[in-house]
Amino acid sequence: MKFTIDWLKEHLETEASVDNIVDTLTMTGTEVEAVENQGKQLAAFTIARVISAEKHPNADRLKVCMVDTGHGEPVKVVCGAPNAKTGMMGVFAPAGTYIPGTEFTLQKGVIRGEESNGMLCSERELMISDEHDGIIELASDAPLGKKYADYAGLNQVVVEVELTPNRGDCTGVYGLARELAAAGVGDLKDGSVAPVPATAGPTTVPIELRFEKDEPQACKMFAGRLIKNVKNGPSPDWMQARLRAIGLRPINALADITNYISYDRGRPLHVYDADKLSGTLHARMGIKGEKFDGLDDKPHEVDETMCVIADDNGVLGLGGILGGVASGCTEETTNVLIECAWFDPLVTAATGRKTGIVSDARYRFERTVDPAFVKPGLELATRMVLDICGGEACEPTYAGNVDIEEKIIDFPLSEIRRLTGLSISAAEARAVLKLLGFWSAGTGDLVKVAVPSWRPDVTIKADIVEEVMRIVGLDKVPVEPLERLAGVAEKMLTPIQNRRRIARRALAARGMDEAVTWSFVSESQATAFGGGAPALKLANPIASDLTDMRPSLLPGLLAAAQRNANRSYSDLALFEVGQIFTDDTPEGQRTFASGIRTGSAGPGGAGRHWRGAADAVDAFDAKADMSALFDALGIDMDKTQLVAEPADWAHPGRGGRVQLGPKNILGWFGELHPLQLAELDLTGPVVAFEINLDALPNPRKKATRAKPALNLSDLMPLKRDFAFIVDMDVKAGALLKAARSAHKNLISAVNLFDVFEGKSLGEGKKSMAIEVTMQPRDKTLTDEEIEAVSARIIAAVEKATGGALRQ
Amino acid sequence: MPDNKTIEILRDQISADIAATDNLQALDNVRVGALGKKGSVSALLATLGKMTSEERKVAGPAINGLKNEIVAAVEARGAELKKAELEKRLASERVDITLPVRPGPLARGRVHPVSQVIDEITAIFSDMGFALAEGPDIETDYYNFTALNFPEGHPAREMHDTFFFNPDSEGKRKVLRTHTSPVQIRTMETQEPPIRIIIPGRTYRCDSDQTHTPMFHQVEGLVIDKSSHIGQLRWVLEEFLKTFFEVDNVVTRFRPHFFPFTEPSMEVDVQCDRSGNEVKIGTGTDWMEILGCGMVHPNVLRNAGLDPDVYQGFAWGLGIDRLAMLKYGMPDLRAFFDADKRWLDHYGFRPLDMPTLFGGLSS
Repeated sequence: MKFTIDWLKEHLETEASVDNIVDTLTMTGTEVEAVENQGKQLAAFTIARVISAEKHPNADRLKVCMVDTGHGEPVKVVCGAPNAKTGMMGVFAPAGTYIPGTEFTLQKGVIRGEESNGMLCSERELMISDEHDGIIELASDAPLGKKYADYAGLNQVVVEVELTPNRGDCTGVYGLARELAAAGVGDLKDGSVAPVPATAGPTTVPIELRFEKDEPQACKMFAGRLIKNVKNGPSPDWMQARLRAIGLRPINALADITNYISYDRGRPLHVYDADKLSGTLHARMGIKGEKFDGLDDKPHEVDETMCVIADDNGVLGLGGILGGVASGCTEETTNVLIECAWFDPLVTAATGRKTGIVSDARYRFERTVDPAFVKPGLELATRMVLDICGGEACEPTYAGNVDIEEKIIDFPLSEIRRLTGLSISAAEARAVLKLLGFWSAGTGDLVKVAVPSWRPDVTIKADIVEEVMRIVGLDKVPVEPLERLAGVAEKMLTPIQNRRRIARRALAARGMDEAVTWSFVSESQATAFGGGAPALKLANPIASDLTDMRPSLLPGLLAAAQRNANRSYSDLALFEVGQIFTDDTPEGQRTFASGIRTGSAGPGGAGRHWRGAADAVDAFDAKADMSALFDALGIDMDKTQLVAEPADWAHPGRGGRVQLGPKNILGWFGELHPLQLAELDLTGPVVAFEINLDALPNPRKKATRAKPALNLSDLMPLKRDFAFIVDMDVKAGALLKAARSAHKNLISAVNLFDVFEGKSLGEGKKSMAIEVTMQPRDKTLTDEEIEAVSARIIAAVEKATGGALRQ
Repeated sequence: MPDNKTIEILRDQISADIAATDNLQALDNVRVGALGKKGSVSALLATLGKMTSEERKVAGPAINGLKNEIVAAVEARGAELKKAELEKRLASERVDITLPVRPGPLARGRVHPVSQVIDEITAIFSDMGFALAEGPDIETDYYNFTALNFPEGHPAREMHDTFFFNPDSEGKRKVLRTHTSPVQIRTMETQEPPIRIIIPGRTYRCDSDQTHTPMFHQVEGLVIDKSSHIGQLRWVLEEFLKTFFEVDNVVTRFRPHFFPFTEPSMEVDVQCDRSGNEVKIGTGTDWMEILGCGMVHPNVLRNAGLDPDVYQGFAWGLGIDRLAMLKYGMPDLRAFFDADKRWLDHYGFRPLDMPTLFGGLSS
């Protein structure tokens, strides 16, 4: 919404500065987007006469003009406009002028051998319009040498405000004047409209509303008035100047009047050439397939969700949004029918969105137009048409009616203090309300407040609190500390929130970078990682590769690895802690911590080094990450089950699953499957892990925070080594478990220090060597006792693995 | 009987020999030459047995004195030689300490700015007695809109550029939450006031350009009790902004605004300096809009089962990514979600830079 300060003063008696007006609007809730002082920008452009315009000696399309600027000697200007001619009045810019429309500063120059000391300008160069077919041609009596902006009424201060969707009343200059008057910036002038007597009998165009009961009542009232024998020429200069200043292009008097009232009162109107109408003019819902050519010079098709205005020949336009060419007024129009109707905000908004049409009418109707101003709006339009275009007015005719029920709210004045903390006297609060058009009655705290018809957004007590507070000023609301808690604050985070926080720090402390990737991935990525369910597909994805809610954090990380690899960063340690989706319920959203390592980016660092190059990453790097994360979260990985059944994304022989039972899976690790790598266009090796943070067991509630007593032995621990030859498929875990359990009291640690495969051991055999630490508790062990424990270890391992002690 | 002169000569001779040694073997040779079985001092000692007791009284102490002196001198020289040998060895054992070590994991790993800023916000609000609440990203239309007083068909709904899922068998379609506000409802439904929560999380809008990404992060605040009002809302937000931006003072400007779920509603501008390449908060004469807030709308309280004539409170929402950009100077929102290693290494935070009030929000 744009207006000029000059226009505002039509409705507001004020001496306030522009700054004061703008600040007051902003601080009372009408946000000022821009303030443009048009006069300043166009100050250098003056009115000049073309003394002579002759063909350029060296260019067919150029002319050499001698220009009288009204000051000093005539100036020579080379001009390319086809309409430059001797004797015309135009707009001149001397060298050194900044031309806003082309964004450059004009220089003196020589064009094809002819000197040029300035420019004759087009409307586009002045940013008045898009017109650039020729230079501006002014009336022959335009004042030579004077500023063009003053002459054309372009010396305006134009203010652009951004309106929230609830303030239809501020779509008119009058409504903004009311706001400013309430805030003490001036006095609101009387805006009442006197009825215009009819002199030409009844309006002969029949008007009807045709809405079925089960249809939206998209047009509740349609007021029409026929005015005969008008002369539709250009509108008066003052009107054209105001419309131009706010960026509207004057068309003809009838059209300009509707635009003017739209901006002046927030009251959109439409005018029909009554002689082009056939039968009954009516509002109804559209029929799919109906078409009309709009005043925006484009064809439009309507459907059954849209409100149309039609006559017996078909659709004329979209009600409340856009009129049509066929019934529009032209210079030849002599009998005009003025439409002043009330269209439903929701239907208007929906149609506007569906069609994408942006119009001043839609802007106002979707914010709700004052239902009490339908009749006055029509009278105002009639008055202006008669004043500007002459003619005789018929009697107005009305179809339907908008309910203007009086809305009264029981309002305790103490509500202002309750919700805002602002202390304000009853008299002051009621005075503010009165200036905004609210009437209040009653004494004491509880008053009855009547809401004006132009404020349908005000329905409850809190709305009235806002009205008072915003006009009094939010800066008057005293800042008051929120009461602090009596004691030390309780724990702020839930266990899962804390887990996420720790997981991030722990993984970063292993040298990994935290990534935040999209929650949605492509369909193929989703499917490859176990997703792709229809319930998790977006109906309106923003891009074809962001269609499915992610079933895993890995596709996002792998895609990131691929992007980094394209920038030749192929040693990468990345992780993410975030949500994945197994279905569309709240419970289906899980928190995972997942990471990948690529190239040689193991925990010790990537690349070559004088102490030895880093190895390519392998599944054990991912297992170590997982183990470290478990450590950080207080979970002993040794007490979980490790199953050699990797995730689908992993190499079938180089990965595993960690679980507490077949139905309680904590996570996976492993090397990426070669087919996955190929799919993602990645060169390996890539290893990954994922941990379901939600599945991790919560620590047991303990009665005491005290740790168990520390039981130290003064006796020296002793170590013995054993090597076993076992079949190739024997798992180290089984061997270690057997050794550990051989004598639980005595054996404090078992360390696997060598794995060897070689022909000397025989086909399909390997050797695993362990170091067993025995910690005597009560007395030093005798040689016999040590031998006995060793025998138990050998027996246990041999039994569990089917192997034999290596001799 | 050896005379004193003989002993003196021998002492001088052996002392000189000891001093002249330059290694332990040579010293040992001197020691053996003097004190060994056939040593010169041992030979003198052997003469004691053939002496008369008078002679022995005189010669005994002299010869034994010589022996003791020589033993001490050998020991002292031995210590000197050992020290010299160690020094010589150490002198040959120099390493080039400028040879680089591999950067440790703490030098390589980085925490994403979004996580860091959430931790900062959490630290600040923990001091004011807030808890951290969360809710699902996939929401029902009810929680995302209806319960928050967005009327059906209202343009305010459309302003949200919502991501939809396909309708289910009943024609209902879920949405990706467009703001963190649904968690307000979910919390009020399950928790008795007083409520003080912040709600950080991912939010989604079907919008993408230089300053918009289809996914972004918001943090919402909610206070519900029987007395909290706009004066306190101003205090909470001003204290938060001052602490978060780590400046002595933040000048704010609360402007009336419209949101469906609050009444009265406000937008908050902070005073800043936009003259340079980056925005500086806490100084300057420009204004920048930074958040929206207001008193929770009575309909919202009612929808969550609370009586708006008994309970009241305020809520606010602001963009976490934007806060991060303003505080730490990232120019482009889109880079947040690109996982470019160069960006993460540059804008990310060290693993142990944990924001706390006792240690400071940032280092």
